[in-house]
Amino acid sequence: MSNDATLHNQDLAHHGHVEHGHGNGHDGHGHDHHHETFISKYVFSMDHKMIAKQFLITGIIWAIIGAFFSVLFRLQLGYPEATFPWLESILGHWAEGGRITAEAYYALVTMHGTILVFFVLTAGLSGTFSNLLIPLQVGARDMASPFMNMLSYWFFFLASVIMMSSLFVQTGPASGGWTSYPPLSALGDASIGSKIGMDLWLVSMAIFVVSSLLGSLNYISTILNMRTKGMSMTKMPLTIWAFFFTAVLGVLSFPVLLSGFVLLLFDRHGGTSFYLSELFVQGKVLPNEGGSAILYQHLFWFLGHPEVYIIILPAMGMVSEILAVSSRKPIFGYLAMVGSIFAITVLAFLVWAHHMFVTGLNPFLGAFFVLLTLLIAVPSAIKVFNWITTIWRGNIRFTPASLFSIGFVSTFISGGLTGIWLGNSAIDIHLHDTYFVIAHFHIVMGVSAFFGMFAGIYHWFPKMYGRYMNQTLGFIHFWITLVGAYLIFWPMHYEGMAGMPRRYFDYSNWQSFNMFGGLNQFISFVVIIVFATQLLFVFNFFYSIFKGRKLTTPNPWDATTLEWTTPIHPGHGNWPGEIPEVHRWAYDYSKDGKDFIPQTVPVSPDESKH
Amino acid sequence: MLTMNAQKNKIHPHKYSMWIAMASITMMFIGFTSAYVVKRAQANWFSFELPAVFYVSTGVILLSSLTIYLAQRQFKARNMSAYKQLISVTALLGIAFAVCQIIGFADMKDHGLPLNKTVSASFIYVIVGAHVLHVIGGVVVLLVLFARAFRTRVRTYSAVPIEVASTYWHFVDGLWIYLLIFFSLAR
Repeated sequence: MSNDATLHNQDLAHHGHVEHGHGNGHDGHGHDHHHETFISKYVFSMDHKMIAKQFLITGIIWAIIGAFFSVLFRLQLGYPEATFPWLESILGHWAEGGRITAEAYYALVTMHGTILVFFVLTAGLSGTFSNLLIPLQVGARDMASPFMNMLSYWFFFLASVIMMSSLFVQTGPASGGWTSYPPLSALGDASIGSKIGMDLWLVSMAIFVVSSLLGSLNYISTILNMRTKGMSMTKMPLTIWAFFFTAVLGVLSFPVLLSGFVLLLFDRHGGTSFYLSELFVQGKVLPNEGGSAILYQHLFWFLGHPEVYIIILPAMGMVSEILAVSSRKPIFGYLAMVGSIFAITVLAFLVWAHHMFVTGLNPFLGAFFVLLTLLIAVPSAIKVFNWITTIWRGNIRFTPASLFSIGFVSTFISGGLTGIWLGNSAIDIHLHDTYFVIAHFHIVMGVSAFFGMFAGIYHWFPKMYGRYMNQTLGFIHFWITLVGAYLIFWPMHYEGMAGMPRRYFDYSNWQSFNMFGGLNQFISFVVIIVFATQLLFVFNFFYSIFKGRKLTTPNPWDATTLEWTTPIHPGHGNWPGEIPEVHRWAYDYSKDGKDFIPQTVPVSPDESKH
Repeated sequence: MLTMNAQKNKIHPHKYSMWIAMASITMMFIGFTSAYVVKRAQANWFSFELPAVFYVSTGVILLSSLTIYLAQRQFKARNMSAYKQLISVTALLGIAFAVCQIIGFADMKDHGLPLNKTVSASFIYVIVGAHVLHVIGGVVVLLVLFARAFRTRVRTYSAVPIEVASTYWHFVDGLWIYLLIFFSLAR
């Protein structure tokens, strides 16, 4: 079997000697019989399951930091007149007298966006679950190249270290927004956040791109090449389809971002003028001529838009799987689900300029982007319809995972609908850069993706650690987060429709928006409660790793997919014996009077067709 | 593709990964060259002749594609000494290619086209430079293969590493031809 062959090839490369009778064994022990040290098991591990945990825990640490930053800047937005002396003790001169400075505010906003979009919802979400589930659900012993997979995590770790270190440099981290538009990001003298912090940001992001590419390469070749016997593409669970197209998006869009960053680095340090033209900084005329700042926006959004699908597709896949399992019903419209993911993937590359309607883009060109953008509503609506019909009249088992999945569908609808508004270039003239945009993308991409991630963590935690997470804490976590998320972001729609612009430090002297003072205070208050609830989740997560209720069965949710046919604590290699053969699709629930039929059960001749 | 089966599928996962990686690298250069096209359509575009040494380097890299092809054939025929010679020649040609490109940069600088003066020249430096880095990456891979060929304790019979390396080598060769034609046409 090709799977075994690959794994053993890695062995040979790793240990540098040939063990006879090892490569031809097909005994499937995987790496069980190897002596594993602490370093090779927990640190430089090549086991996809351990790498998944590394991605997850690094992502959780980043999520706490990124969310805490939002608490800090919400304090400023909610209580612009108040002083919080404790802020000065943690932020030092960035919060002199207990009030966040404007520079610190912009740094916090920028890092909040960067951290959550890339380090949490890209690496933490897709990195965790693609690694964990692809080999387990397609029936492979490990990734196509476990070594490259390990490199992918360590490049991510290096990017994390550099980004983290940028928080501690004297001039502070990057503060020109998570999009880092030039000229602000290209000129060191433009703001203090454009100095060394910006360089560290760019270097960290370039390394992040490398990590993402190494990971995606592996995901694609594992899915296409290393499926077990009988696992045809159409028998794959929807999670795998989603991870597959996520990886395709990443492989094709991240390199373009990298080229944009390379040009930006040359503008910063090589004296080139790719993005710079006729500029004055502090009264001085700059020599740069002939550049175009809009060029960067094209390169950035060519990744930037697929990036939102890189974030949401894995969540969609996991939600599809969890909804079917918890409703005890087959997923509704399997092929339509696959087709809509594919349609979203294609359209993702053709809509980037809808972020640029007000940059002076030719309105005739804009019309095409409006059309293509609105077209995305079609596959999205198909998916929403199929999720609802999947749970319709199902025998729903309410677990934290299924609640978060249903919550995902809710937030995806309410956030997605406002996308239809923003996709229109005419309405966008009014709504561009207002709180309406903030509300839209936080609900549809931020909250929804987080709900998908939470659902995935609650659902697959037993596979990762052999224990359950606490359900009661999970329910508390779900309800406060769902209600809180709506209370935070719903009012922002109204602020945005009234024209309140985003990225301002202080609105209190702005007569037009004085009426929102109380509302802003309310939002900030809810943010603090929701943040505290996330800490409850983090506590639940780490407590359950060591003290959670132990699993007594390898298949706790009565699911059909292959990962639940492995032992409770699978070794490196996943299955102690032969890799099981697959005979049916992943969604035979409530069929012929049986609650569920695992994928490994052969189809009997008198079985009804689905 | 939908009915593709793992057992029928004979392509090695590492080769597959290489093809995806090449798609990815291609996208990066598409990013660069589209930026070039967009910039060129705007005002103040300064057009100039490419350094002549770029045509020499084209010959060098084409020759190196031939030598790595021969190396792969010798490996499969188990002519290990010929194989070692051929991959060394390929690696040397790769280094010669990089040197040619750097001579080209020096030539541009001497003709009043440094990195930071006009944006059309800046593009040449950055795009050609990014390509040279990819060629040097290939040279490093060849050096690893070279070192492996000298190991006595372990004999490698799998042709996959040399096949993957040679696919990549042809790819960076083709990429350079594309860039040269692109720069010549869109000046």
